[in-house]
Amino acid sequence: MGQARPGRYQWPLLSATDAVLSRRETLAKTGARGRIILASAAPLRTMAHFIRLISMAKTLYDKLWASHVVRELDDGTCLLYIDRHLVHEVTSPQAFAGLRTRDRGVWRTDANLAVADHNVPTRDRALGITDATSRRQIETLEQNCRDFHVPLFAMNDVRQGIVHVTGPEQGATLPGMTIVCGDSHTSTHGAFGALAHGIGTSEVEQVLATQCLLQKRSRTMRVRLEGTPPPGVGAKDMALAVIGRLGTAGGTGYAIEFAGSAVRALSMEGRMTLCNMAIEAGARAGLVAVDDTTINYLAGRPFAPKGALWERAVAAWRDCVSDADARFDQECEIDVSALAPQVTYGTSPEMVVSIEGRVPDPANEQDPARREAMSAALAYMDLRPGTAMTDIAVDVVFIGSCTNARIEDLRAAAAMVAGHKIAPGVRRALVVPGSGLVKRAAEAEGLNRIFTDAGFEWREPGCSMCLAMNADRLESGERCASTSNRNFEGRQGQGGRTHLVSPQMAAAAAIAGHFVDIRHDL
Amino acid sequence: MQRFEKETGLVVPLDRLNVDTDAIIPKQFLKAVARTGFGANLFDNWRYLDHGEPGQETPRTPNPDFVLNKPRYQGASILLARGNFGCGSSREHAPWALLEYGIRAIVAPSFADIFHNNSLKNGLLPVVLPETVIDRLFQAVEAHVGYSLTIDLRGQRVFAGDEEIGAFAIDAFRKECLLEGLDDIGWTLAREAEIRDYEARRRNEAPWLFQSAGGHS
Repeated sequence: MGQARPGRYQWPLLSATDAVLSRRETLAKTGARGRIILASAAPLRTMAHFIRLISMAKTLYDKLWASHVVRELDDGTCLLYIDRHLVHEVTSPQAFAGLRTRDRGVWRTDANLAVADHNVPTRDRALGITDATSRRQIETLEQNCRDFHVPLFAMNDVRQGIVHVTGPEQGATLPGMTIVCGDSHTSTHGAFGALAHGIGTSEVEQVLATQCLLQKRSRTMRVRLEGTPPPGVGAKDMALAVIGRLGTAGGTGYAIEFAGSAVRALSMEGRMTLCNMAIEAGARAGLVAVDDTTINYLAGRPFAPKGALWERAVAAWRDCVSDADARFDQECEIDVSALAPQVTYGTSPEMVVSIEGRVPDPANEQDPARREAMSAALAYMDLRPGTAMTDIAVDVVFIGSCTNARIEDLRAAAAMVAGHKIAPGVRRALVVPGSGLVKRAAEAEGLNRIFTDAGFEWREPGCSMCLAMNADRLESGERCASTSNRNFEGRQGQGGRTHLVSPQMAAAAAIAGHFVDIRHDL
Repeated sequence: MQRFEKETGLVVPLDRLNVDTDAIIPKQFLKAVARTGFGANLFDNWRYLDHGEPGQETPRTPNPDFVLNKPRYQGASILLARGNFGCGSSREHAPWALLEYGIRAIVAPSFADIFHNNSLKNGLLPVVLPETVIDRLFQAVEAHVGYSLTIDLRGQRVFAGDEEIGAFAIDAFRKECLLEGLDDIGWTLAREAEIRDYEARRRNEAPWLFQSAGGHS
């Protein structure tokens, strides 16, 4: 796109009916249609957008966007109203400091909800936080919430947990909302038919001060997941398969709506897992249309509307779906009826194969930059091309994170663990519930006993070993089966090696000491 | 925000796809409550042979093989990078660390959305050029010690000396903010009445959106 010059009009290259794309095609198209066109000052619109304008049929994204525009500027930048702002300790201190410096207040305190999650210890809470820098950050959050009257779930509150588990659990996440948080996994909340995405600290400050953000519209992509996956294959495997297909940048500039029979059949927990990982395909926002599953999940949640207001809200939420004839800028379809459990082998979530597969050989990769990235990843992961995934032994197992620490995840993992012991070669196996309420529910079902009897540690809620900001981390060279969302170098501890899997796959790896094809054990 | 109009500077190449924000600034440095102090820990895991912790007083051991440590790239203000630069976590500490180190612009074939946004809000200019141009730039930087570029935001052009390397796009609003060093918040607060009008209308249409999220303050 060397000819993409500012101000010069270009009719977009895409068609509205892009069929199923191979990953390479997707990447090429993303490159061709990426920032240059999207960011142009000219009033460019995609063909699909043009057709939408004529037909009036709207995608869910279009509806969410349109209902939140306060003002649109000439270049398409919009002042977008934000309904819900979730706040945590890591990305907010500088934002509150900015408010203080300029003597600004919080626009609408009741739109905010704060909870400490990234830094919190997951054991011996009675001892407080022993790490001085972590303690200072959490105390800063508490002080900021007091000073600015922002609602907070404190560390000793049973509702405390990972912000992306807590929000939905409380009904603070509702369909039709715009939801932001200084955390990239805010895409999780799109599972409720809400427009939700991560923001940086400057934007955290802006939302606190103005309840608005200055944003450009994303393009829309629909990923249809069709068919019934085999037993033992679930939302996490679908998410990894989508990322494997699109690539880690395939969704850049898009909001991805997940649709299809396999998505309709998912629980809200499963839909959250799927939307959570939209960002790992490059899409800031994931979306799932509202249906009975959504509404049934929300009924009776503490901060969901009640009585007549509930009825009114439900009637409105029924429209949080894409119209039948709505056109998307890009479409992708994956048949999940024969999908196998997925395992990552490298240092990017797109480096994923099925459990039946082997570590790929970089020599077979045609693109030099990708070949180089793959070689570097295999060196970091200490893996040889051709190794069967089932031959990879693990040192550590982590079941937790905003991807997979909800009650359904813990039930699925416990079902694999029941009656077994963790393998002698596994040094540590952790279960970190997503919130105090998930922990309490799991304990009421006896899941904690199943895990501890098998040799797992049963911890307090928090982000924990997903990003290793607290004491839970891998030592250099340790290999981990993890239910989290990122296998980046050093993510779980410097020198640590991460394989992303589903809760069942992680649990099975703990028992066997290596990855196994759980379909054969079910 | 730092203003950005034109930057001429030495180019440092980081020949790696999908550089994530965990690599740009590792998690242990995110415990800070200030906006400054991240430059010394930019690319910490790659840049040093020893493990770094925040507030560490002991001298570090630089990794001589990492490109930022090579004598020929000292003082660089333009980072040449590969696709999907800045993927992963939304941490704005990543652009803060790059700016504090001295990087004012990043030239790459593509950027991750959130990083792109965060950079623009801090006066760090993400410049997208086509893959083929980026390939040529990597070769040129390798071949010529002291290879510099000029990035002209007003004209939206990249030059190597007198030679035009390419043109880049940027939203008109963002460009104006960068040229003037404008603050989004100030701009938005000047439209307070419009926001109040919107809220009044929405409160009527969808009152449940204005219920408290709960908790206690």
